[in-house]
Amino acid sequence: MKRLMLLLALTLALPASAGIEVRQFPNPELETRYQHLIEQLRCLVCQNQSLADSNADLAEDLRDEVYTMLLAGRSDTEIVDFLVQRYGDFVLYKPPVKKTTWLLWFGPFAALGLGGILLWRIGRKRRPEPPPPLSDAERRRLEKLLQDHGSDDA
Amino acid sequence: MTAELGQLALIFALLMAVVQAFFPLAGAALRLPAWVAVARPAARAQALFLAVSFYCLVQSFVVNDFSVRYVAEHSNSALPLFYRIAAAWGAHEGSVLLWALILGLWTAAVSLFNRGLSEIFTARVLGILGLVSVGILAFILFTSNPFERLLPVPPDGNDLNPLLQDFGLAVHPPMLYMGYVGMAVPFAFAIAALMSGTLDIAWARWSRPWTLVAWSFLTLGITLGSWWAYYELGWGGWWFWDPVENASFMPWLMATALIHSLAVTEKRGAFKAWTVLLAIFAFSLSLLGMFLVRSGVLVSVHAFANDPERGLFILVFLGLVIGASLLLYALRAPAVRDHARFHWFSREALLLVNNVLLVVAAASVLLGTLYPLVLDALGLGKISVGPPYFGSVFAPVTAPLFLLAGIGPLVAWRRDNPARLWRQVRWLVPVSLSAAVVVAAFWFRIGDLVTLAFLATAFWLGATAFLPWWQRLRRREGWRGLRQPAGFYGMTLAHFGLAVFLVGVGVSNHYSVERTVRLAPGDSAELGGYRFLFQGVRAFDGPNYGADEGTFEVYRDGERVAVLHPQKRFYRVQRNVMTEAAIDPGLRRDLYVALGEPLEGDAWSVRLYVKPAVRWIWLGGLLMMAGGLLAAADRRYRTARATAAAPASVNATA
Amino acid sequence: MLKYLLPLGLFAALLILLGVGLTLNPREVPSPLVGRPAPTFTLPRLDDPETPFDSAERLRGRVSLFNVWASWCVACRQEHPFLMQLARQGVTIYGLDYKDTREAGLQWLERLGNPYRAVAFDAAGKVAIDWGVYGVPETFVIDKQGVIRYKHIGPITPKDWEEKLGPLVAYLEKQP
Repeated sequence: MKRLMLLLALTLALPASAGIEVRQFPNPELETRYQHLIEQLRCLVCQNQSLADSNADLAEDLRDEVYTMLLAGRSDTEIVDFLVQRYGDFVLYKPPVKKTTWLLWFGPFAALGLGGILLWRIGRKRRPEPPPPLSDAERRRLEKLLQDHGSDDA
Repeated sequence: MTAELGQLALIFALLMAVVQAFFPLAGAALRLPAWVAVARPAARAQALFLAVSFYCLVQSFVVNDFSVRYVAEHSNSALPLFYRIAAAWGAHEGSVLLWALILGLWTAAVSLFNRGLSEIFTARVLGILGLVSVGILAFILFTSNPFERLLPVPPDGNDLNPLLQDFGLAVHPPMLYMGYVGMAVPFAFAIAALMSGTLDIAWARWSRPWTLVAWSFLTLGITLGSWWAYYELGWGGWWFWDPVENASFMPWLMATALIHSLAVTEKRGAFKAWTVLLAIFAFSLSLLGMFLVRSGVLVSVHAFANDPERGLFILVFLGLVIGASLLLYALRAPAVRDHARFHWFSREALLLVNNVLLVVAAASVLLGTLYPLVLDALGLGKISVGPPYFGSVFAPVTAPLFLLAGIGPLVAWRRDNPARLWRQVRWLVPVSLSAAVVVAAFWFRIGDLVTLAFLATAFWLGATAFLPWWQRLRRREGWRGLRQPAGFYGMTLAHFGLAVFLVGVGVSNHYSVERTVRLAPGDSAELGGYRFLFQGVRAFDGPNYGADEGTFEVYRDGERVAVLHPQKRFYRVQRNVMTEAAIDPGLRRDLYVALGEPLEGDAWSVRLYVKPAVRWIWLGGLLMMAGGLLAAADRRYRTARATAAAPASVNATA
Repeated sequence: MLKYLLPLGLFAALLILLGVGLTLNPREVPSPLVGRPAPTFTLPRLDDPETPFDSAERLRGRVSLFNVWASWCVACRQEHPFLMQLARQGVTIYGLDYKDTREAGLQWLERLGNPYRAVAFDAAGKVAIDWGVYGVPETFVIDKQGVIRYKHIGPITPKDWEEKLGPLVAYLEKQP
């Protein structure tokens, strides 16, 4: 374990040093795609950073790959697949939707649905009986009270 | 000697915590007033010893006592005094001691400000807090002792991580812990109430101000963390859905649900068992956060020590505290009687919707944070769950909250008429939409639908937040309308703060622009209507670093609006290179410049950002915090204690 | 009653998950290349820039270890003596010098010994990316058909060899 730490400590470049490369793009659309891609891909050697944010050597290399492939006309999917083939799903910050991640992607919405059902059932159970009608004297008293004090609750 | 004194004080604090836990709880169960009376003095003694202990640790840093291992690992003689003090909580051992200290302070506060609560109940609350303290202090003494000596004594220390050599370290952790740890108080109240069977309106009224204060601190802590990450780490990002960030956000979501649920329990005596469960959840998430951050189970930029052994201790502690609480809940909650009835369209119902949404949101964050671990543990591969996931899931789940937050206070308790509400607010729909379009058109550009939706929702929320106040002003004559309870103003301010936050998020997310360019001295670059003129770089020396400092003049429409000095620092001891971005902050926009690499000639690669309205994000957070504190200061909580004393003392025998 | 036990039940499941989590390493990235044919490449050899290292030819026909290393890597230094021992025992080891300078790489081998049948020189690290390398040292076990059977991350210790790599290599040797 300690050795692994050592290894990783070595491959971690110094923080905040090399993340800024000046890249030329033939058109702004490619630049947007580049930016989007490197934000969606994970820096494998870092402590949880995207390729965009990382200063590690490997991150720089991978950014270069993305840049080169973009200029070569590859599609976003091809570029992502290229990296997934080599590093697995771990390299994606947006987890793929497969059987093993259904719970992840649909769970929250299922929970919302469940919550909705719960709310409906509670609503039914807790329905108040209509209050008995006020007598005339009570109604006048109520109006007087409201006039004097207003409703005051927070 | 100081370190030994600190350790001794720590041991005494643990002893006090044991006393504070055992005698009051046993005394409450066995009806022994003498034992019950031990609670308060023990709590205060524990806090005192912890203060002494912490002072000793800070002192060791101040005098550069490198024979203390923790000081040697995280400080250096060249480190400025300000950071030497803050370094005390800059790493695992010291920060856990801070955690313990803050718990001690909260406990002492409870022991001081509890007029109106029965002795038995107070004893139980302090006893439970004592149990938590025992766990934390044992953890420190047995696995994470900051006072361990290091022999032979090194000539100098390792220096504090340069990322932490910043003002943010001085404020973010203490404020965050005040909130995190503060959740222990409503938790203790809830458990005490379960133990004594006094789950009533008085209990809710008592819990509320404590929960509000803890929530406010947590809001402040998270806001500070986000702001700090923005200018220190993030290339302009302010939230990364990193596990450690999520670890603080989940308790916040749960605590928000809790303060709203407490409102219903206090006003209508409803949702009692549910509120107790929320209080348990909120503190559980705090403890879970502590586990996630310090066990090495998840990878994070912010993580402390990654030590599975310590992780095991915390896990066992977590298991005992929460397991026992949930067991107690399972046993006692069914007996809680809750007869409140309400219509599907009522304030209770809306607050219930609030709770469901917040709990689902918190659960989603938990799911996303732990999912990689789930798959790994089941041998189903390794995935990453990052910002793209959280963005896709969190936004839809919480969107209804922004629309409903302002509505809640307009709806009556028990039963209301949707048509009546609609009449009050329907004019705001076209107003919000138009306002969004106008702002987008005049200040930025008509972006996409999402941006407009953000803006429209923010306007809606801001307006509906003030509507109840406007209505009250109109009902009363003249200035009398301004005399509303602090709780009411607190709520208005907090909801408004949420709208401000939303504006900040929507605008900065969609209208921020950035550029990476190569600039030689004399070159300039255009971005977002501003011209950045690079005047070159000069070298200079800081206390414990050497730096290259660039000068940028920023012009808009020919006028100079800012001069920025980004730096590239080389910290001599740890031999790190750090980028210190230069920011020109503003309510309308931030200008952000970071130096990249030196290129041929005198040129540098430089990254420029123009980020409109990004400050609104933290401004919103501050407003929410202010709202929470204002609400906690409500006079009714203080005078109510006198009246609560009556029914509470009836329950004293419970 | 059951619904009140639900939170406790869920919490118990969470505890178990976290307990298991403590035994795992969240930073280790498993390789999707295991079970697939090794990526082919042609790189100059470290000792002779004129001679190519042809992976298709080298990494086939025999069971071999493909070890990614660099002269600037401290952990590689730690595993090196053991690699020398393995080479003496007859294990076929090929090397990939990752993002290094030729002089530094050669000097390192000269000083510490050379356990490799041949070393490919990947100055830019591009071939390493094809192999899904994200740190050094990493070692791949390749069978006679040129299929990657296992990836070991980190330095190889005698224990690793005894428990995992050794038996695997022995098994693969017996295969056609």
